Amino acid sequence: MMENKAVNQSNIRRPNPVSMLKKNAMLIILVLVYIFFTIMTKGRMFKPTSFASLINQNAYVYILGCGMLMCMLTGGNIDLSCGAFVCLLGALSGMMMVVWKWGTGVSLAAMLLIGVIYGCGLGALIAYVMVPPWIATLAGYLAFRGLGTSILGVSTTNSISFKDSPDFLNIFSGTLFKTPEGQLNMPCLIVGIVAAVLVVALIFRSRAVRLRKGYEVDTLAMDAAKSVLGAAVILLVMYKLALSGGIPTVLVWVAAVVLLYAFITSKTTIGRHFYVVGGNIEAARLSGVNTKRIMFLAYLNMAILTSISAMTVISRFTAANADAGKNFEMDAISACVVGGVSASGGSGTVLGMVIGATLIGVINLGMFQINLDANYQRVVKGFVLLAAVVFDILSKKRDS
Amino acid sequence: MAKILLEMKNITKTFPGVKALDNVNLQVEEGEIHALVGENGAGKSTLMNVLSGIYPFGTYEGDIVYNGQVCKFSNIKDSEKLGIVIIHQELALVPEMTIGENMFLGNERGSKFAIDWNTTYAEADKYLRMVNLEESSKVQVKTIGTGKQQLVEIAKALAKQARLLILDEPTSSLNEEDSRALLDLMLGFKKQGMTMIIISHKLNEVAYVADKITVIRDGTTIETIDNRGPEPVSEERIIKGMVGREMTNRFPPRQGVKIGDVMMEVDHWTVHHPLYPERKVVDDVSMYVRKGEVVGIYGLMGAGRTELAMSIFGQSYGANFSGELKIDGKPVKMKKSVSDAIKHKIAYVTEDRKGNGLILSQSIKVNTSLANLSSLASMGVIDQDREYAVAEEYRDKLKTKTPTVEQLVGNLSGGNQQKVLLAKWMFAEPDIMLLDEPTRGIDVGAKYEIYCIINDLAAQGKCVVMISSELPEVLGMSDRIYIMNEGRMVGEMKAEDATQENIMALILQSGRGA
Repeated sequence: MMENKAVNQSNIRRPNPVSMLKKNAMLIILVLVYIFFTIMTKGRMFKPTSFASLINQNAYVYILGCGMLMCMLTGGNIDLSCGAFVCLLGALSGMMMVVWKWGTGVSLAAMLLIGVIYGCGLGALIAYVMVPPWIATLAGYLAFRGLGTSILGVSTTNSISFKDSPDFLNIFSGTLFKTPEGQLNMPCLIVGIVAAVLVVALIFRSRAVRLRKGYEVDTLAMDAAKSVLGAAVILLVMYKLALSGGIPTVLVWVAAVVLLYAFITSKTTIGRHFYVVGGNIEAARLSGVNTKRIMFLAYLNMAILTSISAMTVISRFTAANADAGKNFEMDAISACVVGGVSASGGSGTVLGMVIGATLIGVINLGMFQINLDANYQRVVKGFVLLAAVVFDILSKKRDS
Repeated sequence: MAKILLEMKNITKTFPGVKALDNVNLQVEEGEIHALVGENGAGKSTLMNVLSGIYPFGTYEGDIVYNGQVCKFSNIKDSEKLGIVIIHQELALVPEMTIGENMFLGNERGSKFAIDWNTTYAEADKYLRMVNLEESSKVQVKTIGTGKQQLVEIAKALAKQARLLILDEPTSSLNEEDSRALLDLMLGFKKQGMTMIIISHKLNEVAYVADKITVIRDGTTIETIDNRGPEPVSEERIIKGMVGREMTNRFPPRQGVKIGDVMMEVDHWTVHHPLYPERKVVDDVSMYVRKGEVVGIYGLMGAGRTELAMSIFGQSYGANFSGELKIDGKPVKMKKSVSDAIKHKIAYVTEDRKGNGLILSQSIKVNTSLANLSSLASMGVIDQDREYAVAEEYRDKLKTKTPTVEQLVGNLSGGNQQKVLLAKWMFAEPDIMLLDEPTRGIDVGAKYEIYCIINDLAAQGKCVVMISSELPEVLGMSDRIYIMNEGRMVGEMKAEDATQENIMALILQSGRGA
């Protein structure tokens, strides 16, 4: 046993404080910004309702962010059309559910189908006709909102309300196991505890496997710190949500999408192919990767996620209107970029994007709560984005 | 004796791990054409880059004395101010712009704030006439042929008031007729007092045009041959200087050579250029490779070797393919698909490891598994532990020097990068390995290790095709050698019959015959 341990000692990754700081910079900044706004708002930012708002308001960013991440991985490509597409989908769903009185299931399936059709067309244009992505999606950006608005013209208010479609609203903006605010919601807390235990278990199982096989591992302290941090964040969020009335259904959707894409990007061959195409497309092609198919899939996937995101958004506003989805493409791109996704492709993670999206969400909510003028809010957001990119470029330069 | 215009004294230039130039001396008289010859990688271009300030003062040792003064150029502008103008092998023209715009790019006519287009085009036309071009300077560069583009480059250099003109392989992409016209143009300039340095592989041209020929080998000057006598110097004489080097122990001995049946066969293989479909880059090539055999393909740059290999590898290069590819006697069709080629157990190890071989921003592990990732996955989910183990296994096998396989490939040295590239293709478990310049740009020790790996692969019964533009390497490693020139196979030799001289002679003959 002693000998075994000695062998393993050499495989332990020594923590390097500087690189660790760099790697987790956005996470640290997120925590600091949160504390800052908590102080500025005299604790309002730390109230359960703030946690619930953060999730409800930013759900679409997480979902679209996953899609945008996949596009950006292939070489810094973006989708400008997703915001306008949300508007169009909203209008169409209004027609289907409210005007034509289709069933919820049929309508949702139709929305997904529309997403798939648009995604196939867009993907084919970009991958096979080789239209530059920003131009191909600029067309949708310009056209879809116009189309959506004209469809909404059936209503005199240019808006279709979903208040008579309770099923739809419950699926995307309801609350699971609802309890009155201020009362501790047990199911929510239990889910939190289970999730926290799972995270810790996964970290230590992976560590045990790597140790057994003699691979490189982090120090025990590092893994313990990771576990404590991960578990603490989950428990804190779920505790606050439990106090605010329960688990918002949209959180289930977000969690499902985020976990799925985290899995795809880190564990699957197809996910790996996205990274290598962005890293060096010629090398990828000459290694047998079907690079065109990857480009196609990136945009097909983006359109499907846009459909899902459209469902959550119109359900939250209980209405489809001409302004739905405005600037969503920019929010998704910002989340990725702030989260360390390379603007030239080939690197970036779902976790990074989630942190980026949360950081922007926290700044938005914080600024709103301290009543900062809306115009200044935009100025701050602009500078945060720029600062994140500059930081990313500089820290990479130091490395090489 | 005429005045010495340029003297480069004891120039030494070191790159990390390689001494590219080692005490090189070069003397160029005013009004002469001086040729620099040597094999690929001998250091000719490096020397010219030192001269023109691309490698600024301070990054090399030694002195540049030009026109009696020691020069310390910090960039290419400095050298151009003194009339030293270099024309690179790769044409640096913007195809969408007119000849006139190109000619004064970065050297615009007019005031500080506005370009004077009348002067630009009038002057451009004047210089075009000097190089015997009839074209208007207002036509786009992309509309004229390569030969004329080369002349535009020269006119551009003249417009910079060149006093010492350096031409790096000016005829490499020209046909015989255009080449001759260009050389005669050079002789005309000489009469007007221009000094020129020409770098060329085509020794017949060198013998035709040069007054003096300096031979560079392995980063040192070997000799300077005077070519002003009544008879031009013989090409054999130049070759002797270029290739005469010690051959002992540079190549590991082959062990367990067991050459089997023919594994891969290519018949009347013709490939056209993807952008200029009328141009044949591979022209009616037939060849075969046996199991356990190392076959060398030798040719100068642009001979069509890479194009041949890549077109065999799932038609990953070229257009309008014709001919037949047989593996194990059976004809195979691969319609533009690399993954088909990999399925047929062919691997192509590129000459351009940074450009299209490796993903520098990814780890050794990711690069190693890339070409055969599906074998490590079930239902599309990668077994990352096994992937790690595979990467470790190849790191061991190929003795790649790295702290961990999680290291980014971009941080490795050239030799280690080459090993990762080889590991990637070895892990794909091919039967046929097409190695394109497998030792380009790596140091001598790493070269030896790569040679050992190649020998191992052959001993395992794999077919190895090794493309190289280093003659000693081809001679030292191959069982059989094909010689390519201008897209065609011009010869086949058994290793024991081949010598550097007769291979070179074969290439020169075929070039002249065309």
